[in-house]
Amino acid sequence: MTFKVVHYINQFYAGIGGEEKADWKPEVREGVVGPGMQLAKLLGEDAKIVATVICGDGYYGEHTDEARAACLEMIGKYKPDLFIAGPAFNAGRYGFACGDISASVGAKFGIHTVTAMYPENPGVELYHKKTYIVVTPDSARGMGKALPAMAALALKLVKGEKMGPARLEGYISRGMRKSFFNEKSGAERAAEMLLAKLKGEPFRTEYEMPVFNKIPPAPAVKDLKHATIALVSSGGVVPVGNPDHIRVSSAESYGTYDISKLDAMTPETFQSVHGGYDRTFVNENPNVVVPLDVMREFEKQGVFGKLYPYFNTTTGTGTAVAFAEKFGREIGAKLKKDGVDAVIFTST
Amino acid sequence: MTREIEKASGVPVVQIATIVPIMLTVGANRIVPGVAIPHPVGNPALGPEGDKEVRRELIRRAFKAMTTEIDTQTIFEKE
Repeated sequence: MTFKVVHYINQFYAGIGGEEKADWKPEVREGVVGPGMQLAKLLGEDAKIVATVICGDGYYGEHTDEARAACLEMIGKYKPDLFIAGPAFNAGRYGFACGDISASVGAKFGIHTVTAMYPENPGVELYHKKTYIVVTPDSARGMGKALPAMAALALKLVKGEKMGPARLEGYISRGMRKSFFNEKSGAERAAEMLLAKLKGEPFRTEYEMPVFNKIPPAPAVKDLKHATIALVSSGGVVPVGNPDHIRVSSAESYGTYDISKLDAMTPETFQSVHGGYDRTFVNENPNVVVPLDVMREFEKQGVFGKLYPYFNTTTGTGTAVAFAEKFGREIGAKLKKDGVDAVIFTST
Repeated sequence: MTREIEKASGVPVVQIATIVPIMLTVGANRIVPGVAIPHPVGNPALGPEGDKEVRRELIRRAFKAMTTEIDTQTIFEKE
């Protein structure tokens, strides 16, 4: 029997366009599109991609309910045995869409779903328990590795073959435990693990401790009229010419710029270099990402005390989590030292 | 970044962006849903005055968020 597969990709991999077409509404095409061609070859005789559903990353992110419903209807018509989305690598909106549609297809039709992305993609934390996410490198240069891994896992799943632990099968753990009898007792294994740890030898925990990403909310501002507020953004808005060469993607630095003499952002003074969204709007009027004009109005009216003279900015696409956290710690420390009372952080 | 700025500074950080589930995942505590990915704090389709009015409403919501005591992640929607 040949299993029927439906593939999901975004507007870019479908060859429709880049950021300027990110608002592309869901559509379905017969057979393969883009990377589906190679994926179909890798799936071989056992499975056939009968259709490809395409949706713009921006549309899925901004109109998630409508996009999901439209895609589910298109997918349902084919009655697939298997659903594959992506690979999304480190593209955040694409990862979010792939994870969401895979999880939804699995829940609605009860079939196996496989997607693929880089472990830091926000789609992972949101959906790793609801679909199989194959681990990929952080960019499309890894396509040659990602597709074979996705095809292999997908075939194993749809054929009902025995699966090993996530790390051996190459997908991100779904947090499911399968009991089995070990040759050694727990006491022996614990003693061995402790001895290895004491000797500085490698060991692997049997139960991963969860990493907590949330912090208790900071106390509210009590006196807005006298508060100093700082603007920070990850929308890649920098002085024209990008004097500090902040990267368009995978930023490893942030900039700090004096905005004390400005009443508004203007295209003559600022531009965006962010490689992950359509910059048409922000480059005509940077205030739609960094709300300086309106903040100055409210400041002059006395709604709040003072706008912090420095604007901290970086590009928030493909940014390594470690760098983002570093920027946050440094900016936070500086703002504390300078007596800032609150921050407005705008992201794209 | 949002989470680390709040942790290091001890002051409220209000995040304005469009994909709310992502903001919740990364640990933003005070969230104001933005207009759209390429223009979170404005709406150019409404012309210069319309766009500015949208921006004012979002910033007023940000002021509300920063002056409201909360004990868990909170989304401040339009009233």
